[in-house]
Amino acid sequence: MAHFFAMGGYAAYVWPSYGVTFLGLAAAIILTWRSYAHAKRVLASAEKGDRS
Amino acid sequence: MFKYANPTRFMELSGLVLPWFAAAAAILIAAGLYLGFTAPPDYQQGDTVRIMFIHVPAATMAMAVYGLMALASLIGLVNRHPLADIAAREAAPLGALFTALALITGSLWGKPMWGTYWVWDARLTSFLILLFLYLGYIALWNAIEDETRAARAAAILALVGAVDVVIVKYSVEWWSTLHQGESIFRMGGPLIASVFLWPLFAMMLGYGFLFAALWIVRIRTEILNRRSRSLLRAGA
Repeated sequence: MAHFFAMGGYAAYVWPSYGVTFLGLAAAIILTWRSYAHAKRVLASAEKGDRS
Repeated sequence: MFKYANPTRFMELSGLVLPWFAAAAAILIAAGLYLGFTAPPDYQQGDTVRIMFIHVPAATMAMAVYGLMALASLIGLVNRHPLADIAAREAAPLGALFTALALITGSLWGKPMWGTYWVWDARLTSFLILLFLYLGYIALWNAIEDETRAARAAAILALVGAVDVVIVKYSVEWWSTLHQGESIFRMGGPLIASVFLWPLFAMMLGYGFLFAALWIVRIRTEILNRRSRSLLRAGA
């Protein structure tokens, strides 16, 4: 296991690459999903306000 | 084609394909990670070859997304289609993200393999310009209040900037660059051993589906936001 994490001496380059990629893609997924959920809520309340 | 391009049809169709795209992205990226970390170290690059499995897909998507953004911009400009304008706008932040990830992972590979994080060769420089084009495009959209005018100005920027994508693609042939030439999508087949090619392809397809899924959700969000705005305007 320690051998795996050592990445043949290149751990300082391999893991940050994967770390940054993970953070970047995860942030994109979370932010995209949040604004989608927010847009649905706003539209629902706008439609309710319209009918009343 | 435009029969399917009205927002209502788009909401129906995209809602159907979205879960499948998301599932395909998750499965392909999981498979790519597994294959990528079980592959043996490269005889020259050692374990840094694993950076390639996230660097190359990010770089490919950075360029492909720009191509799609420019195409949507052209359709928006010529056919005055609001959905095309929305599609172009919503692709940009995702393209900028892939571009940034390609630059960061590339420089983390460059340090141990080239001995430097950065070099101003034609490939790296034109790729950095690609990031600025994305950021400029986003800034232009935000700078102009009127949506129709903003869409037109941004579309022109996107189309002019498309020249840079061509330069990125051929930079490794036209100039003597430190960045290596095309080794995958070339005449005569890939130059890479299949043990590295499979994780690379899985990740590329996975990134493609991830982008498609995020792009769809972003377009849907903007369609909902425009509906809300027009409802509120009508009510006010």
